[in-house]
Amino acid sequence: MPVEIKNLTHVYMKDTIFQHKALNDVSLTIEDGEFIGLIGHTGSGKSTLIQHLNALLKPSSGNIIIDGVDITAKGVSLKKIRQTVGLVFQYPEHQLFEETVYKDVAFGPQNLGLSREEIDLRVKESLMLVGLDYDALKDVSPFELSGGQKRRVAIAGVLAMKPKVLVLDEPTAGLDPKGRDEILGEIRRLHELQKLTVVLVSHSMEDIANLVDRIIVMSKGKVVLTDTPRNVFMQAEVLKNIGLDVPQVTHLVNELNKKGIKIKDCISVDEAFNELVKYLRSN
Amino acid sequence: MIKDITIGQYMPGETSIHRLDPRIKILATIVYISILFFIKGFFPYLYVLGYLGMVIWLSEISPKTILKSLKPLAVIILLTLVFNIFMTPGEKLPGFGFLPITKEGLYQAGYMGLRLMFLITGASLLTLTTSPIALTDGIEKLLNPFKKIGVPAHELAMMMTIALRFIPTLLDETDKIMKAQMARGADFESGNLFSRAKAMIPLLVPLFISAFRRAEELALAIEARCYRGGENRTRMKQLKLKGIDYSASLITLLLCVAIIFTR
Amino acid sequence: MTSIISAQNVVFEYISHDDNKVTALDNVSQEIKKGEFVAVLGHNGSGKSTLAKHFNALLLPSKGTVYIKGMDTRNEENTWNIRQTAGMVFQNPDNQIVATVVEEDVAFGPENLGVEPHEIRKRVDEALKTVGMQDYAKDAPHYLSGGQKQRISIAGVLAMKPECMILDEPTAMLDPSGRKEVMETIKRLNKEEGITIILITHFMDEAVQADRVVVMQRGNAIMQGTPKQVFAEIDKLKSVGLDVPQVTELCARLHKEGIDIPLDVLTVEEMVVELCRLK
Repeated sequence: MPVEIKNLTHVYMKDTIFQHKALNDVSLTIEDGEFIGLIGHTGSGKSTLIQHLNALLKPSSGNIIIDGVDITAKGVSLKKIRQTVGLVFQYPEHQLFEETVYKDVAFGPQNLGLSREEIDLRVKESLMLVGLDYDALKDVSPFELSGGQKRRVAIAGVLAMKPKVLVLDEPTAGLDPKGRDEILGEIRRLHELQKLTVVLVSHSMEDIANLVDRIIVMSKGKVVLTDTPRNVFMQAEVLKNIGLDVPQVTHLVNELNKKGIKIKDCISVDEAFNELVKYLRSN
Repeated sequence: MIKDITIGQYMPGETSIHRLDPRIKILATIVYISILFFIKGFFPYLYVLGYLGMVIWLSEISPKTILKSLKPLAVIILLTLVFNIFMTPGEKLPGFGFLPITKEGLYQAGYMGLRLMFLITGASLLTLTTSPIALTDGIEKLLNPFKKIGVPAHELAMMMTIALRFIPTLLDETDKIMKAQMARGADFESGNLFSRAKAMIPLLVPLFISAFRRAEELALAIEARCYRGGENRTRMKQLKLKGIDYSASLITLLLCVAIIFTR
Repeated sequence: MTSIISAQNVVFEYISHDDNKVTALDNVSQEIKKGEFVAVLGHNGSGKSTLAKHFNALLLPSKGTVYIKGMDTRNEENTWNIRQTAGMVFQNPDNQIVATVVEEDVAFGPENLGVEPHEIRKRVDEALKTVGMQDYAKDAPHYLSGGQKQRISIAGVLAMKPECMILDEPTAMLDPSGRKEVMETIKRLNKEEGITIILITHFMDEAVQADRVVVMQRGNAIMQGTPKQVFAEIDKLKSVGLDVPQVTELCARLHKEGIDIPLDVLTVEEMVVELCRLK
């Protein structure tokens, strides 16, 4: 189910003094089962872009074709689109509203008009996928859970729609390192086991480097770079110019190279460790 | 974006009307509205027209904006006209067939209609030329003398300020939660009244929870900044009457005198 | 140097909504010196925010004492002096700005203290300049970025002329550029204005910039020392769910491999120097 974005432009508040072009002629293809990292400064157009993927925003011009269907065309079923592309917003726990965890996760499937058995099945499965105990939590109020648990319930609520493409806007914002690692681990598992296409928006270059197959870099409403993490982080200068960092180890290797210590580019601690050991033991 | 909807339709500007002390503007508006009810006959409306025209001209607010402010109340104006035309007893005018239109009715309708339009225009000129903050300040200062009889002047002003501060934030939040629920297949747009009301629950519950959380955090934050009510509190901005404020008061007073003399 | 904040054997207990007694602080003692920059690290629920609220008399200890510049927080007469001496900045930038105009918000604190109007004006202008927001004095806060809003909140505290500023995860909700802005402002306040800083955070890269790091876990201060001392204990930090900088982790692994590299490397620059030395 590839996602094709063709010449997408979005202008907010058109024809007013607040007019602002958030997306400017963006073209992209996301292949089946890819794990994409979407990075960019606040205001680079990331949020606007992902809201187009499930038709929460309509483009000013351009098309988005998901599995051969143009979702920007008139008369397409919005329910179908939102079932295909699941979108997890920043701080998704703020959208919880039901009395019990079960009911909240069931909200999406209910809107799809599924049978009770099917809803039951999906709630169980989604809670399991985010690492929560169904039997222990199903009748608990979501508001009594810890911050990390609430967030996972909210993500389960989106997973219960059984999307083919899962888009997450900074799913680790505000979490401590432990909570962050748990959520990222679950996202990775979802990608590997469920073969979901994942688009992850993040400000943490370290997390992106460790997780994704391909990075899309946005700046000022345009796609600036799109390549593997290694190739993207090699362009440290380009990233710096648009206000983005590289992982600390990548920065280290760049600095060493400047000092005449030639070692291969690294994007993770593991790689840097191996390279440095090799270099230090070379004589 | 939903947050760009302005509240109180303030039109920023630097004109003499904008710069008037909010207290004078509020008082002048009250006096102006009261005096409208003293008017008998059509002639004194010329004075009112002159006064209003001068304010509009000085404030550099386009007549189009003024007309727009009348629009939301068009129904009420229309109803007033219709009621007065048909309900006033008197000499029935010929040429309207079976419609009981009287001379007195037409007169009364014109008279009441003008009063209503002048009233709305005057009141909206206040909000068009005074920022919500200045209005709040003005109201607080004007109510201050009534503190002794238990009017919570400071508390009212503080509530207004916080409401103004959080309206855009909560509008943003509404937008966000609405989208998040729509992404889960919620439908806010179709269905009958009952199902639409029911569809609001997933929006309203998180919104209330968030508003309460914000209120709690704000309470803590203002406590940490030594807020303890209006007692012994000073203000950075002091309202001071200037020459222009006295002139404005004088002109308004002249209007009153002129109108009272026509009676 | 004398202590500006002195917490002695502080215990804080409360009853949770399901009627359990929770011990959020379990016998914590801390001395914070005038002019110091202390970072308090810990994961969510470790008690770090609870401790911060004790430094501003927003919470009072169940047992033990907290003194701010010699003032006992349990004595109600001291409350307002304490809050003026030790100002507090919170996590959510949206929920601590009261006014609809930036300068009015900065004036809020001094107004509460009953400062003379012309003096407030002076303080507001100075505070906005210190945080680099003087050009936004007349703006509406909701049009500003998260980092800018936090700088306004800092200015609001500054205008109260505090000696000490407690920042409770001020960057947790910000993007990287906002975090940088806020961290630079905090450091400047500490270095140039001599304000004592207590920074509550779970970002290790922020803690690295402090004079002293205190690590909290289950209501206890389990480690403390200079950033170098604390981050060298990589395994202990990881066991309580905290991160270390990538270069620190790299050094620890190289060290284990038998390479003669120190364990307390915190920055890329230090690591480059160490590696150049090795060859």
